[in-house]
Amino acid sequence: MKIHEYQARELLAQAGIPVPAARVVESAAAAQAAFQANGSPVQVLKAQVFAGGRGKAGFVKLVKSPEEARAAAEFMLTHRMVSPQTPPQGCPVKKLLIAAAVEISHEYYLGVAVDRAQGAIGVIASAEGGVEIETVAHQRPSAIIRQMVAPGRGLEPFQARQIAVALGFKGGLIGGFADIQVKLVRFFLEHDAALAEINPLVRTTDGRLLALDAKVNFDDNAVWRHPRIAALKDDSETDPLEIRAAAAGLNYIKLDGQIACVVNGAGLAMATMDVIQLHGGRPANFLDVGGGVTPEGAREAFGIILADPNVRGILVNIFGGIARCDLIAEALVQAGRELGFKVPVVVRLEGTRVREANAVLAAAKKDLPTLRTAQDLNEAGQRIVAAAGA
Amino acid sequence: MSILVDQNTRVICQGITGRGGGAFHTAACLQYGTRLVGGVSPGKGGTNDPNGLPIFDTVDQAVRATGADATMIFVPAPFAADAIAEAAAADLRTIVAITEGIPVLDMVKVKAMLAGYGEKVRLIGPNCPGVITPGQCKIGIMPGYIHQAPAPGRKNIGIVSRSGTLTYEAVWQTTQLGFAQSTCVGIGGDPIKGLDFIDILAMFQQDAQTDGIVLIGEIGGTAEEAAAAFIQRAVTKPVAAFIAGRTAPPGRRMGHAGAIISGSEGTALSKIEALQAAGVRVAASPADIGSTLRMAMAG
Repeated sequence: MKIHEYQARELLAQAGIPVPAARVVESAAAAQAAFQANGSPVQVLKAQVFAGGRGKAGFVKLVKSPEEARAAAEFMLTHRMVSPQTPPQGCPVKKLLIAAAVEISHEYYLGVAVDRAQGAIGVIASAEGGVEIETVAHQRPSAIIRQMVAPGRGLEPFQARQIAVALGFKGGLIGGFADIQVKLVRFFLEHDAALAEINPLVRTTDGRLLALDAKVNFDDNAVWRHPRIAALKDDSETDPLEIRAAAAGLNYIKLDGQIACVVNGAGLAMATMDVIQLHGGRPANFLDVGGGVTPEGAREAFGIILADPNVRGILVNIFGGIARCDLIAEALVQAGRELGFKVPVVVRLEGTRVREANAVLAAAKKDLPTLRTAQDLNEAGQRIVAAAGA
Repeated sequence: MSILVDQNTRVICQGITGRGGGAFHTAACLQYGTRLVGGVSPGKGGTNDPNGLPIFDTVDQAVRATGADATMIFVPAPFAADAIAEAAAADLRTIVAITEGIPVLDMVKVKAMLAGYGEKVRLIGPNCPGVITPGQCKIGIMPGYIHQAPAPGRKNIGIVSRSGTLTYEAVWQTTQLGFAQSTCVGIGGDPIKGLDFIDILAMFQQDAQTDGIVLIGEIGGTAEEAAAAFIQRAVTKPVAAFIAGRTAPPGRRMGHAGAIISGSEGTALSKIEALQAAGVRVAASPADIGSTLRMAMAG
């Protein structure tokens, strides 16, 4: 689960990490008033959206007067932000963060994340902050320091001091940087974060350390035990169909192709998308109905893909394990009766209760005039791409 | 022969009474012929499940009474990591965790605990379909009938996969092309898990009955790249592979520091190239896993 920068800054400040004071505004007039109230000669205005690439898109701006703050806020709140990380139509901006600009002497990177290969939590730090850490990792891997954290203990202060020294800190700043690391790791462990990043973490010209930007994601599997974190969820940038799917317990991601797919299992769902593309079509979605799918959930799955106006064909690929083929077949028949399939549907079923499922489909033939079956995945892919004319 | 489990494996089910699949799949595994000898459901000790299996309050009691050496875990996600720890503490050698949705930090802690047991404990999963040695022992949720037990005239394939249903697809194709399976292992789709590709590949390489191997991977992480390096170094048997997610949209990947820390972004292309460089035949389509294996077996 993602949260916004302003929310992450508040959480890190509560964890004892030095974060410059900031205000969140939702109107140009409020931005102007906030500039005046703060009084600093140079302030920064930042759009609060999940997508990255804000700076290049013009949605992070230095402003030097109340009027400039008002004009910049007006622009950001009335234009959709378009960056390589947003959909082509961009995303709307509803909240802005405004804070005093600080005089930066050096920018660092500090992150905590799950290391899959080690099966542990790792700290990542670099003296080359302020840019994308992926770029640093790619071009100068030696500029990145990694340290594993013992579960249950957190980052040991001595480990944190070693990292600080390795990054070139001297004197009192060694302890200061170590303290921020220990607190960030503690925050990560106490809140089931999936990623906690401060980039940049800056040293100011007057010798202070400040977290200027923060990015925090949480483990979706653990949000249930942190009601305070769960309350921060903001769905306003999520596709409405994805919200509807999540409410039904379906794992759905909307894509921009024409052939919808309904599949059980994430791996098979990805493989089914691959098959559609191999036969010359483009997938309209990723949809994993999951193993514990209920009749209502399966019916909702068909409702969601039929609500996507781009869909010109539907491929149903179920290899029953926990999920039962007959339950999917019944949901398909019900959706056909209630919603009507105007586009071609190709169904490939195998696994648990496949014979019962085929009987259900055979009995409902007249309700599903556009339905064809396929014996295997290749045939299914060929048929749906040909039938959809995609 | 086979790996991990066989006709002598004595299995209990943790979460045997649960609606999370424990009750349903206990019956299905019994029907397949698995030597299921009991179950655990705290508070229901002393009773029997609908199949007549004894239910215990703790894993320790179940192991003492039944002599079990393996467990199949269907315990709900909030309590599943504790169930894995309980199984390890009760000296169960093979722990198969089916449960999906276990918090990552819970798995980090359990994994650190399991490290203390060394080779004595083998965790498969979580978030996996389980492990099956066809004709002998099925621990998990896979449909039994798609598998083929070793038989005269059939070559035996070991299958290892990060996916659930995509594994069934691979199994079914190999069965239809006239192969049998020695053992099929779903290692699970979670970032932090028990046995990984390399562990299973090493077992298949040593298993006298396994003639060839199918590896099913997917985007994310770097386990497939590591497997490729291991195959190059230590696997002499023919290997066929498929990597799911070639067409998955970028930008939906995991947080970038997670990708960074493992030193790669784990794209389908990087995995396919690494496997091909190690001499593995990689199927372009998931529909061609079986035929790709047949080519690999033909040399």
